[in-house]
Amino acid sequence: MKKKSFLLAFVFLMILSSALVGCSSKSSNGNSSKGSDGESAQKTLIFGRGGDSVGLDPAAVTDGESFKVTKNIFETLVEFGKQDTQIHEGLATKWDVSDDGLTYTFDLRKGVKFQDGTDFNADAVVFNFERWMNGDADKFPYFASMFGGYKGDDGLVIKEVKALNDNQVQFTLKRPQAPFLKNLAMSPFAIASPDAVKKFGDKFTENPVGTGPFKFVEWKHNDKVVIEKNKDYWKKGYPKLDQIVFKSIPENSARLNALMNGEIDLADGINPSDADQIKSNPDLQLYERPSMNVGYLGFTVTRKPFDNPKVRQALNYAIDRQALIDAFYGGKGVPAKNPMPPVISGYDDDIQPYEFNLDKAKELLKEAGYPNGFEMELWAMPVPRPYMPDGKKIAEAIQANFAKIGVKAKIVSYEWATYLEKASKGEADAYLLGWTGDNGDADNFLYALLDKDSIGSNNYSYYSNDKLHDILIKAQSEVDESKRNELYKQAQEIIHEDAPWAPLVHSTPLLAGKANLKDFYPHPTGSDWLDGVYFGK
Amino acid sequence: MLQYTIRRILQLIPVLLGMTFVVFLIIRAIPGNPAQVILGQQATKEAVAALTKELGLNHPWYVQYIDYIKHLLQGNLGTSIRTRTAVSEEIWPYLAATLELSLVAMVIAVVVGVNAGIISAWFQNSWFDYAAMILALLGVSIPIFWLGLMEQWVFSINLHWLPTTGRENIRDPIEAITNLYLLDTLIQGRFDQFIEVLKHLILPGIALGTIPMAIIARMTRSSMLEVMRSDFIRTARAKGMKMFWVVYKHSLKNAVIPVLTVIGLQMGLLLGGAILTETIFGWPGIGRYIYDAISYRDYPVIQSGILLIAFIFVFINLVVDLLYAAVDPRIKYN
Repeated sequence: MKKKSFLLAFVFLMILSSALVGCSSKSSNGNSSKGSDGESAQKTLIFGRGGDSVGLDPAAVTDGESFKVTKNIFETLVEFGKQDTQIHEGLATKWDVSDDGLTYTFDLRKGVKFQDGTDFNADAVVFNFERWMNGDADKFPYFASMFGGYKGDDGLVIKEVKALNDNQVQFTLKRPQAPFLKNLAMSPFAIASPDAVKKFGDKFTENPVGTGPFKFVEWKHNDKVVIEKNKDYWKKGYPKLDQIVFKSIPENSARLNALMNGEIDLADGINPSDADQIKSNPDLQLYERPSMNVGYLGFTVTRKPFDNPKVRQALNYAIDRQALIDAFYGGKGVPAKNPMPPVISGYDDDIQPYEFNLDKAKELLKEAGYPNGFEMELWAMPVPRPYMPDGKKIAEAIQANFAKIGVKAKIVSYEWATYLEKASKGEADAYLLGWTGDNGDADNFLYALLDKDSIGSNNYSYYSNDKLHDILIKAQSEVDESKRNELYKQAQEIIHEDAPWAPLVHSTPLLAGKANLKDFYPHPTGSDWLDGVYFGK
Repeated sequence: MLQYTIRRILQLIPVLLGMTFVVFLIIRAIPGNPAQVILGQQATKEAVAALTKELGLNHPWYVQYIDYIKHLLQGNLGTSIRTRTAVSEEIWPYLAATLELSLVAMVIAVVVGVNAGIISAWFQNSWFDYAAMILALLGVSIPIFWLGLMEQWVFSINLHWLPTTGRENIRDPIEAITNLYLLDTLIQGRFDQFIEVLKHLILPGIALGTIPMAIIARMTRSSMLEVMRSDFIRTARAKGMKMFWVVYKHSLKNAVIPVLTVIGLQMGLLLGGAILTETIFGWPGIGRYIYDAISYRDYPVIQSGILLIAFIFVFINLVVDLLYAAVDPRIKYN
């Protein structure tokens, strides 16, 4: 018997020890850099994010995860502000706009080189625009949506781009375009090295070369993208880091775990419910990204009974937006009353929101001929997004709200790509969705999401209003900012009255980083400059 | 034996061909146009139409299928719609990552599972037996997702013993040669990195290995119990043979056949079932490679990925069948 228990203990120990192999020391807490600096401040930033980039040629992609990287490799002629979408100088130091709004002359920054050592100059700018204009919707999907088309298309706003001399470039437009400068500041229109584009051809997307503070090193798909300090960067003293690694960790909780364990330094896509945990942790800090999004419940207005505006208004009255924000957004975010967030110029703050009022909702339903309510499908997004952290739970809360006015909502969900496809075909009664702005312009919300031209692409509600269309088109070429804002206010009034959506929330996306991370300013567009970021002691 | 092996290998061809057909049809039955998914929510209609045409997705499905098989027979796995790179060029690092993880998971599962099963059978109805079988029951029913996050919480965040994600310390990246990092670090003589890789393997290895471990433990126990009741064991014990040898030599050898089958099946399942583990532990393996491909409707990647896993699955089964003869001389393949 004694022998037996000894043997038992021995086998047990064997199992235990084999399971604990390598558990001996504290693991990779990596507070030091592997480099010449030895024990000094950390020089590598590891940025944990939810997904991989699609491509690294910014002109050829449309997804935020790609721009997050290219933002630091490439630069645009003009740039957005540190945490807003005001226009500042970028690769261009000065610009003149003719009185008729048709000619833009840019003075380019001198002495700037691409990361492959070639010169940045007016010819390079012309080359890039010619490349995009000679492309098609497949190659440069964003170009047409911002500048109206490609060469040969009537809609193309740009008539000509020419180099006046080495350091001056002139754009001639066919008609004035109000958001022209804001469009130029968008990541997809960053200037790439003509030599590299010619050299790599189709593979440029895997070998990006720009003028930015960091240059591309390596991309392991689904795993990481590595960029390193551009030593010849024109802005003296920048970037402050030696290297940045964008590491994909798909699961939000796992990403936070990796941050808490010191394996990564910065994490985006933080669950609102984890905010308190981060705030109470002295090793971490919480960041709030300025909100430039909208999460909404869209109604497909071609389907019964959603073709009746009174029904849509009634449902708008039946949603308790503040309760949604408290329960699912960690209290961060503002209830939405317009299809665009308050930071966008032209926002109409005079709109009276559809407050949570079940009596009014019932009354409207009665007027619409549905005194006992009706049955409907309520589509819930299957993936978390900053504007919709948990589609299913939010759908359930709305379902409970609707039940109080007799509307029986059945929650339906599909896998993401299927969801978008079916919704875009108008198969949903009502669907949860959202939008993050690309350039901080009202046009990028109202026209892109609710104009009749956008039916089939982003107007999933099939909402069509000719009066609204005329206003939005007029606003596109109105260069006078105040007149333009006035037009957008009119547009928001029409939309409010027609209620094709129930706007829900403008959320505040959260990020978390190590406590000693300095000068990180999350940008509302979702792509952040990391050139000024550094680690303190 | 040789004849049997050849016959078995030839049988694989229609099985795999049937697989390609089923997978091909199923993934095309999922709604969602790859062009739309790749170009994203913001893309215009023209862009989607242009890309659809460029990818050849406007042809009828049977034309696409015949093209696919033709290419496959030439050893061409197709080109990823998303990255525009040949699948054969990019698939190996993912497959290697999963193979390494699965092997470690399997080693943990077999070493712990078989031993737990043996000891349970040896000391039937003891406290160890009860505890092990309750744990095994928990093991098959525990959600991997929850287990993974709990492991991270205990061993990484609270104890700081092990890293939570990835295959390597990102601050000290490994130079890939074979993409099997345990091997690569040994080849380069970087023992510090070897330990680092091992550390990264433990938590996902346990998460992935738990279910097979539990199944193997239960299978081993019942198989051992049966053998230990047989006459030749009774004879061996009556002859005064040491219990250790009775158990580990005579009994185990005879009990191992059903266990081998289970191990073979579980190994195949591990490859396919690695997706959850790979998601939680940020492991750049084939499970996530295929999962992402499904989200992007990247047909060539889904097809080739699944085909490859299916191939490994049937191959392992073949090896297990052949091993029977080696382990048990009573089995002959004539």
